[in-house]
Amino acid sequence: MGGVRFEHRYTYRKAVNIIMLSTTGLLTLLALIPLFWVTGYVIVKGGRYLDLDFFTRLPAPLGQPGGGVLHAIEGSILIVALATLFSAPAGVLIGYYAARHPNTPLGMGVRFATDVLSGVPSIVVGLFVYGVVVVRLHTFSVLAGGVALAIIMLPTVIRSTEEMVKLVPPSLREAALALGAPEWRTAISVVLPAALEGIVTGVILGVARAAGETAPLLFTTLGNDNFEVIRLAKLAIGVGASPWEIARLILTQPVDALPLTLWKYSQQPYPERVNQAWAIALVLMMLVLGLNLMARVWLAYRRRR
Amino acid sequence: MGQQSNLKRFWRHGDALWEALLVALALAFLVLVLHIGWMLWQDSELSRRAFGWRFLIPTAISHWNPAKGLFQAWPSIYGTLVTSLVAIVLAVPISIGIAIFLAEICPPWLRLPLNYLVEMLAAVPSVVYGLWGIFVFLPAVAVSAGNFLAATLGKVPGLMALFHGPIPTSGLSRLGASFILTIMIIPTIAAVSRDVFLAIPREQREAALALGATHWEVIWDVLIPYGASGFLGAIILGLGRALGETMAVTMVIGNSVEGSYSLLRPGYTMASIIANEFAEAVKALHSSALMEIGLILFGITLLVNVMARILVWRVSSRVPGR
Repeated sequence: MGGVRFEHRYTYRKAVNIIMLSTTGLLTLLALIPLFWVTGYVIVKGGRYLDLDFFTRLPAPLGQPGGGVLHAIEGSILIVALATLFSAPAGVLIGYYAARHPNTPLGMGVRFATDVLSGVPSIVVGLFVYGVVVVRLHTFSVLAGGVALAIIMLPTVIRSTEEMVKLVPPSLREAALALGAPEWRTAISVVLPAALEGIVTGVILGVARAAGETAPLLFTTLGNDNFEVIRLAKLAIGVGASPWEIARLILTQPVDALPLTLWKYSQQPYPERVNQAWAIALVLMMLVLGLNLMARVWLAYRRRR
Repeated sequence: MGQQSNLKRFWRHGDALWEALLVALALAFLVLVLHIGWMLWQDSELSRRAFGWRFLIPTAISHWNPAKGLFQAWPSIYGTLVTSLVAIVLAVPISIGIAIFLAEICPPWLRLPLNYLVEMLAAVPSVVYGLWGIFVFLPAVAVSAGNFLAATLGKVPGLMALFHGPIPTSGLSRLGASFILTIMIIPTIAAVSRDVFLAIPREQREAALALGATHWEVIWDVLIPYGASGFLGAIILGLGRALGETMAVTMVIGNSVEGSYSLLRPGYTMASIIANEFAEAVKALHSSALMEIGLILFGITLLVNVMARILVWRVSSRVPGR
């Protein structure tokens, strides 16, 4: 009798086991549905409205078909490049410091601040940069957008550098020091190159994240339908401006970026604009997912060698 | 003499400069992070002076009216809390399921591609989720879910305030925002929980298996209690992401303050009210009030993230026997 009950309980336990284990698989599938749904929809819908004009022309007047988002493409490239310029060198050095001094107050402070900053909502970063850059320059600008995205990228760069530098065998560093290389030379020529693949991956992931961000740009770059670098440069050269003045002119213009334009277009009642929003979504998805995939494939490839 | 030549070598090699550069950058970074909080504190002074603690406390749900100079954070705090909590409730079982599958069950050849896919889910830009939400997901899913909830839970006396309908035909509502948030925080919770599972020593599993436990019993009765604080940390990390998420929520929550607590009605979150109104806030008091909302948001996410890190640390640093 007891034996029968035991048998029964065993079947029950086995059944629970199978049911629960397959449930976890089903939940995984369930969570991936939105990914395929978004990707599929964006490809189908956005692909229909993607043409050459999209990349090479400025927006058409409201309510008219055609036109492109050249202004936003140029803006995105400028802002993200500036952000990378600001955040990558500084972030790598800060990450190096944190990895070399894990137990000093400053080292721990940096690691803690990195965690804090990566949790700060991007809209708050936007408010901050509005307060420190936009208010002082009296204009929304490429520069402010670059600073905002740089702050967004910093934690990613710092953390990946720190982790990768920690993985470099100490013997490598010691060998360089034993050969008489100073500390800075050891860092630049031995330790950082040894950790290079991980650091580059971190920077690419940071770029991917920054390229898709909208919230920090809302009150820092604002938007500008007529932003066109070549036209601006020609205009400036026409009045005899120096390269420094041209750079200054371009960096202090309000500017659009792809995610920002997507958001604005999605709020407009004109179907042409909404269609272009889908095309922007496709470009953004390709860019962001492409960068992500690239970073990972490259890392895997380098690791294998 | 020897002292002097040491000093000379030190300078010639440039190590002092290098060290100074690193320390300066590290300090500048700390100052930057502190300055975010400080600047929000300063720029919200007008609003803090004008409203004091009344700004924060629960009052009427409709008390935000820039035209009348009426500013209280409660409507947007409520929106943030309720959408994030609903998202957490929906996302936790799914994410833990994914983590179990990825760490414990999935065959090795499937593990890498699945990990990629989960990371891709996190990499899709927030605006793209928002766009898809407005035009595809809300009309298809949120509206019918909302109608169903209004017809069932909306009739239950105690829950009426939370579920009374009707949901707008566009689906723009707190419920819609909660759904989108759910999708967006699943990868965070799943990835951290997966790492917690992977950090649990093998012996724990083997001991339970040797006692005759089934695979599921190993997971449920041994691994989950063992990593409990880590999973809690993962969930709180997800909560942090939900609280601060801006664009997707701004696009799907409807952005209006009406006198309703219902999940099925439009509302605001702290992040969405800033995104929506800051650029148009001409009155000093209005922008100061939005800055104060930013300050609150900063404070809350700071607290939540620090808590989560501490919890996750505790599991990964506790690896006995090796």
